[in-house]
Amino acid sequence: MSENANLQEPVSAAVVAKAGRFGVYGGRYVPETLMAALEELETAYAVADADPAFHAELDDLLHNYCGRPTPLYFAKRMSEQLGGAKIYLKREDLLHTGAHKINNALGQGMLARRMGKQRIIAETGAGQHGVATATVCALFGMQCVIYMGEEDMRRQELNVFRMRLLGAEVRGVSTGSATLKDAINEAMRDWVTNVRDTYYILGSALGSHPYPTMVRNFQRVISREARVQILEQEGKLPSAIVACVGGGSNAIGAFYEFIGDKDVRLIGVEAGGRGTKLGDHAARFQKIDGGVPGVLQGTFSYVLQDDAGQVATTHSVSAGLDYASVGPEHAMLHDSGRAEYTSASDTEALAATVALARTEGILPALESAHAIAEAMKMAPKMAKSDVLMVNLSGRGDKDMGILAKELDLQGAKG
Amino acid sequence: MPIEFKKRPGVVAYLTAGDPDLETTYAIALAAIDNGADVIELGVPFSDPLADGPVIERASQRAVARGVRLVDVLEVARKLRAARPLCGLVIFSYLNPVVRMGMKKFCAAAKVAGADGVLLTDMIVEEADEYLAEMKANGLAPIFLAAPTSPDVRLKAIAEASRGFVYAISRVGITGTQQKVAGDASELVARLRRYTDPLGIPVAVGFGISNAEHVAAVGKFADAAIIGSALVALIEKSSPAEAPAAVGRFIAGLRA
Repeated sequence: MSENANLQEPVSAAVVAKAGRFGVYGGRYVPETLMAALEELETAYAVADADPAFHAELDDLLHNYCGRPTPLYFAKRMSEQLGGAKIYLKREDLLHTGAHKINNALGQGMLARRMGKQRIIAETGAGQHGVATATVCALFGMQCVIYMGEEDMRRQELNVFRMRLLGAEVRGVSTGSATLKDAINEAMRDWVTNVRDTYYILGSALGSHPYPTMVRNFQRVISREARVQILEQEGKLPSAIVACVGGGSNAIGAFYEFIGDKDVRLIGVEAGGRGTKLGDHAARFQKIDGGVPGVLQGTFSYVLQDDAGQVATTHSVSAGLDYASVGPEHAMLHDSGRAEYTSASDTEALAATVALARTEGILPALESAHAIAEAMKMAPKMAKSDVLMVNLSGRGDKDMGILAKELDLQGAKG
Repeated sequence: MPIEFKKRPGVVAYLTAGDPDLETTYAIALAAIDNGADVIELGVPFSDPLADGPVIERASQRAVARGVRLVDVLEVARKLRAARPLCGLVIFSYLNPVVRMGMKKFCAAAKVAGADGVLLTDMIVEEADEYLAEMKANGLAPIFLAAPTSPDVRLKAIAEASRGFVYAISRVGITGTQQKVAGDASELVARLRRYTDPLGIPVAVGFGISNAEHVAAVGKFADAAIIGSALVALIEKSSPAEAPAAVGRFIAGLRA
């Protein structure tokens, strides 16, 4: 299959036909002040994307600096214990800085450098995108300001220290629920104010065009590698691919090159939090008390909100999934039925963390543990000849504080 | 009523509706009109006002916490229209509350309430097909923002899509007061007038306009000045009982 063969699929044709739209979703809903910057970005990205030298440098850095390609690892013990499908883990957790976020931060950092922007801003939830951005800024010698909700700074403190060590300024955000959405609001206020000399490295496949397309393109390396790797190792495509979905960048990266493979199920796992009531979860695609289409932070997608259009607060044990909206391409894949979306609760994610740590010696990020939790539900119901691929988007070192507290509360033996 | 600025410079007063409460917003709006405001912008509180600085953000949060909804703001508009048939009346909102109500339903409801125009903070001209069609069907004026960063080609599109007036943003940034009117403002208005003047559409300048000196400065190059954060801050520090009179005095002093 050629590199761009899946662009022939109807689901992607809509993207090609109307830039910035994924079916009815996506678009640009921003204050006018940002429009010139978005247009400048769109043009600069298109030129860079068409430049072989840009891709050559990106590929070189992804290989020699970040450690790509990441392994596709057969989780033999976990597969045997579950007694069903063969589980493979795409090891984005082994990347430099510990998560898939560096794929995008590096690409956008190179773009910012090409555009001559010396000041970089970013939002972060779990801190992985903030760390990746701070890392790229250190590498390129650029000024770096990271916006982070104060609740997230508390629960992901180790990443705050990492960002500061790397030379970034971390600005706490106390509005709203002091989590990812509020950090994006502050980052956008900064960008509106400093738009002439500042580049905003958005960390997920969210926001206004061209961000959702650009971020997905920087993340699709995950599925590009995985598709080749699984064919090499198993001689066939997986029955299903499972990935956690906050904004949705690791999931769209893991799904994208398989969209044209109709027999491969694509399964996104949202944060089920502590319950199904609005405010207790971040499951935008949940049928009851879930999201409805609306506009938040520049794009049209599913949004958790009340019936007056006020955006709802969210809850998840994982800061990276704790967000009221979702990338517009996922909204399209949801409506078309090409991808399926489910959720895992806080409790299930914590249990999956322990299970993976103790069967495979791998500590997943709490975000990625949501995907592991779903895989643990699915695998026993599948045939032993089936292959189930999980995108292990990040490692869990950052979560040790939460894990120490939560697992003690549940009486887990150390 | 069509939006008109009879005296130059005109004064547009922005209020976050429902802060401190809907009854006080109504009383404040009356005081503003009776003391010389040509147009009232009734701001719909939103949970995520990302184009606003801390003053309007706080007001918005207080009103959202009180449960103020778009339908409540339209009810304030209806009462204002009944009480002051000649004032200009604009519904000012972020997009999501409008999308949630439904664009068609919202535009019809705004018309019934007696609004003259609508400004949607995060609606740009390229995305506005349905909005513009519904506004036209209801005889309402769509007001778009123009920014110092907008290239001429965008200013042309903004001028052509707007009715009532064009809202020229005085400087790059979020809402909030400042020491003096930014140099960006006169340069933007000069560029914008090349497209608005032939169409007979006035230009109002907002963001950071907070006193009589600013209003006079804006009056030298624009048709009207928009006062937002300064009013919202005054309301924040006044008791609900005192706020209407305080706002009335403030507005009266702007063109002294």
